[in-house]
Amino acid sequence: MARAAERLVKALTWGCATLSLFGLGLITLFLFREAIPFFRHISPFSFLGGTAWYPTQEPPSFGILSMLAGSGLVTAGALALAVPFGVAVALFVGEVLPRGARDILKVAVEVLAGIPSVVYGFFGLVVLGPWLQGRLGLPTGQTALTASLLLGIMALPTVASLAEDAVAAVPDSLREASLALGATPWQTMWRVVVPAARSGMFAGVFLGMGRAIGETMTVLMVSGNSPVWPPSLLSPVRTLTATVALEMAEAPVGGLHYRALFAVGAILFLFTLLLNVVGDLVVQHVGGKR
Amino acid sequence: MVRTAAALGVVLVLGLAGLAGEELTLKGSTTVLPIAQLAAEVFAELHPELAVSVQGGGSGTGIVALIDGTCDIADVSRAMKPSEWERAVDRGVYPYHWLVALDGIAIVVHPSNPVRQLTLDQIRDIYTGKIINWKELGGPDLRIVPVSRDTASGTYEVFGGIVLGGEAPSARGVLYQPSNAAVAETVARTSGAIGYVSLGFLNPAIKALAVGEAGTYLLPSEENVIAGTYPISRPLFMITNGFPEGVVRKFILFVLSDEGQKLVEEAGYVPVRRIK
Repeated sequence: MARAAERLVKALTWGCATLSLFGLGLITLFLFREAIPFFRHISPFSFLGGTAWYPTQEPPSFGILSMLAGSGLVTAGALALAVPFGVAVALFVGEVLPRGARDILKVAVEVLAGIPSVVYGFFGLVVLGPWLQGRLGLPTGQTALTASLLLGIMALPTVASLAEDAVAAVPDSLREASLALGATPWQTMWRVVVPAARSGMFAGVFLGMGRAIGETMTVLMVSGNSPVWPPSLLSPVRTLTATVALEMAEAPVGGLHYRALFAVGAILFLFTLLLNVVGDLVVQHVGGKR
Repeated sequence: MVRTAAALGVVLVLGLAGLAGEELTLKGSTTVLPIAQLAAEVFAELHPELAVSVQGGGSGTGIVALIDGTCDIADVSRAMKPSEWERAVDRGVYPYHWLVALDGIAIVVHPSNPVRQLTLDQIRDIYTGKIINWKELGGPDLRIVPVSRDTASGTYEVFGGIVLGGEAPSARGVLYQPSNAAVAETVARTSGAIGYVSLGFLNPAIKALAVGEAGTYLLPSEENVIAGTYPISRPLFMITNGFPEGVVRKFILFVLSDEGQKLVEEAGYVPVRRIK
């Protein structure tokens, strides 16, 4: 009786795992099946290297370099905010706060992660954008900077939460030994705990990067969606994700524009894959080297 | 035992709630959206057993949904394209157009902008990057920030056709917004902005310019649109799959009735005929 139940549970869990892999496989297959025919008409070089994205003109041009720059700029900006603050939050919560306050702050950070992206976008459109426009004397508040700030706030809980786990996993014996040798709490935190928690923190950074690259709604609402090469952080940009969201409804199914958008999706997929692979390698390498 | 019964009970109730009455789904143009929403609200009061849902997404989205069968009525603010017609016919969908309102596309700027009128050529030059500063048009020394709709939008198509003559808005730094409301919001908060919105989205936070050619400038008012003299005007449609039956037909007839056309006026648009 117990053995049969064992086998059933094993079969069920196997089934679930296979189903999810199957689903992922199908999505990948569909994505590349729709995207690959695009490259029979347009060379990958002009796609990846061209800055002009005018898909509805006659003749159309499909260059995503400006969007790659847009996504890159916004993600870099988001990480510049999320990583220092996320690590700081993790250290503060894990090392400095007493138990009671720790729980409250942890919950507060989790709530930050739960706010829908459209709410962030609305806040950016109505409050943050105009404020930055006034403060910095810009022609418009819809810029890469606004998007970066908001994405930084959205990615912060991801970075903080993984960094927190990493910090908590550092054995107390290391801390006690450091303090016993005469180090101050700050020296212990910075020179013992952080290096020990390095691999988990890196994992948090890569996950945060993945969150920032894939975000669509917020950047759609606050980044201005200008499909031109961004001269600076203070100009409107368009990300890869916003391009797909803005134009997919319009592109005639099966046409060149439609396939171009799938190609953009395929690029996003490859980036995320690369990020995960590199992230894993870095985490292993950094974690193993102790 | 009791817990299982309770769980089953909850599932049953939720399932039955889903069966409550018929559904009517409208999808498409954000221009037609205010009309659709008003009409849906009043119609739903008259038919409480009905669940009416109205969504935006752009004319292109609405047409795709109608062809795919995921909505009953598509709201559109532009003509259908040849490729869309072909696809519809392929799928056995006959797009029956109902003219539900008339619309003007207003060119709007920030209220602090002293410029009051522009020619169509000047607007085109702004959006294609040939004019980049308001001082070139008699305004302050302020960089122009052109605001456009996204490419799935019927408003974008009509603006592009009538004002840009089919060219792309290729100026540097054109901001693309996903809805009429977002364009209005952006222009209201950006002193150097110029944008285009449908009549129903004019509000005190933005200023409409008089538009024209050869010396005659006209404001986007109801009279000018009905008279056909305002240059950037267009019909607004609701499209059904073939000649509609049942609740879809009732809804369309409601929108075309005097009561429905009064709602069109309330939404800020122009009714298709003079109503008392």
